[in-house]
Amino acid sequence: IMSLFGEVPQATPVAVFKLSNDFKEDANPKKVNLGVGAYRTDEGQPWVLPVVKKVEKIIVADNSLNHEYLAILGLPEFRSSASKIALGEDSPAIQENRVGAVQCLGGTGALKMGAEFLRRWYNGNDNTKTPVYVSAPTWENHNAVFANAGFEDVRPYKYWDAEKRGLDLDGFLGDLESAPKHSIFVLHACAHNPTGTDPTHVEWMQVAEVMKRRKLFVFFDSAYQGFASGCLDKDAWAVRYFVTQGFEMFCAQSFSKNFGLYNERVGNLTIVARDSDNLKRVLSQMEKIVRVTWSNPPSQGARLVAITLNTPELFAEWKDNVKTMADRVLLMRASLQAKLQALETPGTWDHITQQIGMFSFTGLNPKQVEYMIKERSIYLMASGRINMCGLTTKNIDYVAESIHETVVNVQ
Amino acid sequence: LSPNLDQILLSAKASDYLIGSWWSEVQMGPPDPILGVSEAYKRDTNPKKMNLGVGAYRDDQGKPYVLSCVRKAEAQIAAKKLDKEYLAIGGLGDFTKACAKLALGDNNEVIKSGRNITVQTISGTGSLRIGANFLSRFHTEARDVYLPKPSWGNHTPIFRDAGMQLKAYTYYDPKTCGFDFQGALNDISKIPEKSIIMLHACAHNPTGVDPRPEQWKEIANLVKKRNLLVFFDMAYQGFASGDIDRDAWAVRYFIEQGHNIVLSQSFAKNMGLYGERVGGFTVVCKDAEEAKRVESQLKILIRPIYSNPPMNGARIAATILNTPDLYKEWLGEVHGMANRIITMRELLVANLKKEGSTQNWQHVIDQIGMFCFTGLKPEQVARLTKEFSVYMTKDGRISMAGVTSGNVGYLAQGIHAVTK
Repeated sequence: IMSLFGEVPQATPVAVFKLSNDFKEDANPKKVNLGVGAYRTDEGQPWVLPVVKKVEKIIVADNSLNHEYLAILGLPEFRSSASKIALGEDSPAIQENRVGAVQCLGGTGALKMGAEFLRRWYNGNDNTKTPVYVSAPTWENHNAVFANAGFEDVRPYKYWDAEKRGLDLDGFLGDLESAPKHSIFVLHACAHNPTGTDPTHVEWMQVAEVMKRRKLFVFFDSAYQGFASGCLDKDAWAVRYFVTQGFEMFCAQSFSKNFGLYNERVGNLTIVARDSDNLKRVLSQMEKIVRVTWSNPPSQGARLVAITLNTPELFAEWKDNVKTMADRVLLMRASLQAKLQALETPGTWDHITQQIGMFSFTGLNPKQVEYMIKERSIYLMASGRINMCGLTTKNIDYVAESIHETVVNVQ
Repeated sequence: LSPNLDQILLSAKASDYLIGSWWSEVQMGPPDPILGVSEAYKRDTNPKKMNLGVGAYRDDQGKPYVLSCVRKAEAQIAAKKLDKEYLAIGGLGDFTKACAKLALGDNNEVIKSGRNITVQTISGTGSLRIGANFLSRFHTEARDVYLPKPSWGNHTPIFRDAGMQLKAYTYYDPKTCGFDFQGALNDISKIPEKSIIMLHACAHNPTGVDPRPEQWKEIANLVKKRNLLVFFDMAYQGFASGDIDRDAWAVRYFIEQGHNIVLSQSFAKNMGLYGERVGGFTVVCKDAEEAKRVESQLKILIRPIYSNPPMNGARIAATILNTPDLYKEWLGEVHGMANRIITMRELLVANLKKEGSTQNWQHVIDQIGMFCFTGLKPEQVARLTKEFSVYMTKDGRISMAGVTSGNVGYLAQGIHAVTK
């Protein structure tokens, strides 16, 4: 029988995973992987949070637990406690019963559900022409998530100023002002990926003012809460500010990084609506989208997070674990910057300590990146993005020297 | 100049700012016809209530059953102290290889030649969805998917949402509560070439009616003549007859006959891993090179939905499938679950006779798998729910897994009452 798939072309691999693959195959003992966004200890090892190990034991010992289906929208105690993490225990929106949530497969799944809902129900019905704005640059999967949900017009909004290595506020505000009304904007709640550059509080207020006036839709992507500053509340400032400003909005939350639960796919789409009636109808439609995508979400990770968030001592321990991770990143930032300054590497390197979260946009250009990979076996994204977690006290000298050599020799 | 959030909160109620809502035109979605049944059941306060809606296995005490091999696998996994790093987009290799072997057989030529691609999916639904998306994008010759009449309620919305069109072929004969073989052949013979035909590998959902091997052979032949793309949905391997290989017979036969099928598998029922969301999607390709191309495209489809699949369930399933004594224990437990259901079928019919029912209930015994198409009409179903608190789907489907030796008598009473 003739093959039905004879014409299926080979797709190009997803860049970040190819990078990890190439790293794995590199025989150089000095190799460093500054690619994929996962936390590493100072020994360069993955870290299962101590609180997670504890809660796993609790789950294993509890014979009343089984593997039955969760509800379509997920584990209720997970959804509500996760939303509280984002919006704050005392959030007026929660008290007013106008906050709901959908448990999803990681942050990606939460973005997906939000995108699918918006395509069907926002700005008319099935209005695939509503522009969706994602930051320039942004996490590379944002484009695909919204495009696959049917949106035909996914555009960049100005964000990163390569010249000054900081936020292009004027450009950002300008794009907000010129965006068609009702456009959707994907905002990074904190620890912008890939630049590590966040707006200040005052800058967020300006963004909010324009968005409210021009009736733009707020869609937060919150993948690093706690990871940026080490403090959950601090990292949620922008999301909570927007709530006080009365927005109806979505917030896609990931617990991959701050709980280290990458492969359990733990995410939450928090929905802030005008009132509980609107919320109810929105959730009912979310159920239908879930049902044709994955029916109901996986239980293990959600259980783990729910138990942790709802048990005071465990919650405290978790916050401490999060701070441990954030602190190590901050230490590596300070260390790298100090070393580059000591080496008198050409250029300014303040952005390394000014940027926040897991990633840093080094400012290295594609040729310099290629040099780093080929000549020094240091793996980073073509954009110049490095994962600070890939740095350790043992390899930081080698990395700093390599950056120095690269900047000096390659333009 | 950083504003104090507390001060902002005190100054006005946030909802004061809201003029309208984006969502005023969003309609209230109707409850899911299958999962909605469980939710209605939960609200009922009648102590004799029965949930015969969702196909989730229950033991003879009506309790969820965590398989012993699952508990053992979990203990083994816990002892290994594994990390939680992201899986590959296509999932856990140990799982996908074992998943393919389970369906196709250890020594299958397809696996040996590397011409299948099997990816880990979010259980059966996730598998069907990836499959639907893949066909929608790459099977441009035809947009029509032919489902058996009736089929699992969620098949239609899944394919529709992926942009396919749904059609049907005759399958169930309400007169006999059995398979309408001639009707099926008639309809299949008219399906336009290159269309997609969905076949339930075993334990047809919702009817419990499966073709016999000789009938499968004729169907395979006709499908080949019509040059149709076969999509097998196998959610109950092991659960139908109690025998893994017997239940996969149709899938393997079609492949032997040269059909390059696509296949969805679920481990929700046969391993009781419902909430862990363990499944697989397989494309049987022309050769290994084509399989690589197809794999690359499946990854492109998966990434914008959920990036990569959940580890826990796949790890459990892989451990069971790849550890000989756990695998053996699993086969025994699946056999046990299937047997309990067969026993309940027999008990139900016996009790109906005892109640004095003069209807023909042979189909309850002839049908196979978790579900029974009772033949009850919607009005009778409504009465059964209202008067007896027996919850089931409108089409008359009951999950035999919800029947126990303790409640089968009550169920027989109710069914007799609404059918006499």
